[in-house]
Amino acid sequence: MNLASRNRLGTVALAAVPLVGLVAFFLYPVGGMLARGFWPEGSFEPGAVLEVLGRPRVHRVLWFTLWSAASATAVTVLLGVPVAFAVHRLRFPGRDLVRALVVVPFVLPTVVVGVAFRQLIAPSGPLGALGLDGTATAIVAALVFFNVSVVVRTVGAFWEAIDPRREEAAAALGASPWQVLRTVTLPALLPGIVSAASVVFLFCATSFGVVLTMGGLRYANVETEIYLLTTQELDLTGAAALSVLQVLVITGLLALAARVRRSALPVDRTARPVPRPRRAHVPVLVWTFVVVVFLMAPLGSLATASLRRGETWGLQNYRALGTTGERSALLVPATEGLYNSLTIALTASVFALALGSVVAFLVSRPAGGRLTGVLDGLFMLPLGVSAVTVGFGFLITLDRPPLDLRSSAMLIPIAQAMVALPLVVRTVGPVLRSIDDRQRQAAASLGAGPLRVLLTVDLPVAWRALIAAAGFAFAVSLGEFGATSFLARDDRPTLPVVIYRLIAHPGAENFGMAMAASVVLAATAAAVMFAVQRLRVGSMGTF
Amino acid sequence: MTGLEVEDLTVRFGATVAVDQVGLEVPAGSVVAVLGPSGCGKSTLLRAVAGLEVPASGSVSYAGGDLAGVPTHKRGFALMFQDGQLFSHLDVAGNIAYPMRLRHSPGHLSRPAQRQRVAELLSLVGLEGYADRSPITLSGGERQRVALARALAVSPRLLLLDEPLSSLDRGLRERLASDLHDILRNAGATAMLVTHDQEEAFAVADRMAVMRDGRIVQSGTLDEVWRGPADGWTAQFLGYATVLRGEAAQRLRLLAAPDQSWHAVALRRSALRVDPTGPMTATVEEARVTPDQIRVQLHVEGAGSLPAVADPGTDVRVGARVRVSIDVTRVAPV
Repeated sequence: MNLASRNRLGTVALAAVPLVGLVAFFLYPVGGMLARGFWPEGSFEPGAVLEVLGRPRVHRVLWFTLWSAASATAVTVLLGVPVAFAVHRLRFPGRDLVRALVVVPFVLPTVVVGVAFRQLIAPSGPLGALGLDGTATAIVAALVFFNVSVVVRTVGAFWEAIDPRREEAAAALGASPWQVLRTVTLPALLPGIVSAASVVFLFCATSFGVVLTMGGLRYANVETEIYLLTTQELDLTGAAALSVLQVLVITGLLALAARVRRSALPVDRTARPVPRPRRAHVPVLVWTFVVVVFLMAPLGSLATASLRRGETWGLQNYRALGTTGERSALLVPATEGLYNSLTIALTASVFALALGSVVAFLVSRPAGGRLTGVLDGLFMLPLGVSAVTVGFGFLITLDRPPLDLRSSAMLIPIAQAMVALPLVVRTVGPVLRSIDDRQRQAAASLGAGPLRVLLTVDLPVAWRALIAAAGFAFAVSLGEFGATSFLARDDRPTLPVVIYRLIAHPGAENFGMAMAASVVLAATAAAVMFAVQRLRVGSMGTF
Repeated sequence: MTGLEVEDLTVRFGATVAVDQVGLEVPAGSVVAVLGPSGCGKSTLLRAVAGLEVPASGSVSYAGGDLAGVPTHKRGFALMFQDGQLFSHLDVAGNIAYPMRLRHSPGHLSRPAQRQRVAELLSLVGLEGYADRSPITLSGGERQRVALARALAVSPRLLLLDEPLSSLDRGLRERLASDLHDILRNAGATAMLVTHDQEEAFAVADRMAVMRDGRIVQSGTLDEVWRGPADGWTAQFLGYATVLRGEAAQRLRLLAAPDQSWHAVALRRSALRVDPTGPMTATVEEARVTPDQIRVQLHVEGAGSLPAVADPGTDVRVGARVRVSIDVTRVAPV
């Protein structure tokens, strides 16, 4: 066997590990879910699926999904781009804090975001006078809140890569600051903006927890509709039809985003001195401040609500977390939910890191060609496929041989790992790709074998990205709700499931406990993100 | 006619003084090179002239008008960087036409006029037929030519060149340096060039200023600076091989050129030549053959170890005794 074919065999063997994982725990369950819809009675009946797409209610759901996601994306880009400039191209006191605060909402459990917004705009809340409770505007605002960090981090990375001298050259040629922005800076940022916008659209269109907690009976998007059809109406054909539509649209979007990203210049991260703000930058800084206030307000109101019950203030809601709630809303105390969440998130992040780093390693090989492109796209799929579909697919396919995991404690961690996998690949991949391959060649020529090259060239550069990715995956798993809501058993719930149960049950004590549990969950996720932020991995949270 | 005048200019970055009370003149129609090692503050000086750095004190004026408070885009200068900084989302013609497309700018031209001007500029820099190419497909030298055409597009009052040829390899640099000289003359441009490469400065400029640690240590025409370097450091930076001081300098003067007077002297490598009729004697310490000549290191009696050259075929084995002559046009008193 010659050297080239031995190398290829090694790559294939290495790729087999995550591929098997993806097939068994993503494609198989999702496929199973879709098959239920297309073969309802064991025979292929596509007509029923087409019939679903003709229902007026489905039209309303599709229309709401489309316009809420589109308007949320537009607002997110408008809010985020100036902030990206401020925190990536200026140096001012508190910049690192702003960078960290901006990322916090992204890892917050969607249920918490929904609860926090409702708390803010409820008739009794601080912004109750605006009358936003139960409106589509409130849902769009919550979606924006959730996704600003995607724009800030992705566009910021592009902004850092623009050589300021290019803008200076334009200014020297007579372009006013506004003309420089329009003719030089924005064209260079465009791939980043399009890439971020397509991912934000994706997240908004597949958002589950936010729409479920805020939409009430009036508003449903495709994701909550799939949930409703599968759990309430047991209409699997309808759910499958919507899932197929979602997968098609999302695959198309991901392909578009990948194309735009490829056409962009490679991100070069040479450190450049970043200037202090001048008077001309005051509007941008004010804008940044306003955005930070917008991001912090729901959290502030959440924290306030957690400290009161009725008219009395204190820590009673936190103390109540040790109980099962008013009229036993829960089967186990909320603290046990926290414990379950932590252990499950830990397991899930280990899985996601193990599989994700192998995928990142494979897609960062310079000589990969077509194969790596396909791999990269394949492992991005979980980003866009409805978590509800994944969760339900798990439920109906992994309950019998060959894979019977019904009673396995690994079921939820595996599902969450699939959801977090794309984030790990996106964090670690760019860092590995930034290593000049000639360094590996130099190490090999000095006598280092492939494993030693990995340990002495790749690892010293990538270890921070690996830890950051693990932390990121942990935070995301902690808040995962879409898939988990299907899989969590009542006697072993995660904290987001506990919160959802509590707000679904009436009673001031249950509501107070939901607030307190949300604060605990948000604080845990935020603490993890703050720790990870200190590692300064530029690719984290970029798309 | 007055062009650029820099008076007493100081630029600080925190506690560091990057440019220290610098005075410099670039008369209209001339090309002045600011020559200095990296980190001497020459690029900061250029950026301050462009309006990209705010001086702590001093003034920059052009044709008598003070430029303090005039933003970069209203100065009517053009700036060309070491790596061109072409706009990768525009083709070559789009890059060159960039300043002509800016509304409300004095260089704004109508569409047909733009096309004609782009064609003129492409032929000026020797890139006819490149209009539709993308900058990514160009070689380093071609990119710099496009950057130059773009900078010349609106006939700037002053062209600022930041190490325009430094990123190119040697052969290309030499060719492009002489092209740059001709292009600037043909365009009648007023230009300020900063570089660390003395050959680039000599090839392109009419006048030069030598900069060190934020200060201008010497300025004048090329010939003035070349013939009378201000000090030993300047001489070596200009490419003189050795500087002799004190007794060694006096001995060399007495031996070789008693009619000259100097206290210290800078010698080019070719100032001393192995010559059977020469007045000095020396021992060969080292010899190395190059395509044009033999480079030798000699121990010259009374003056110490010095570099010299010998014609190809001369017997200069290590240890050989030779006679040496000095070419006084290749030495400069310091």
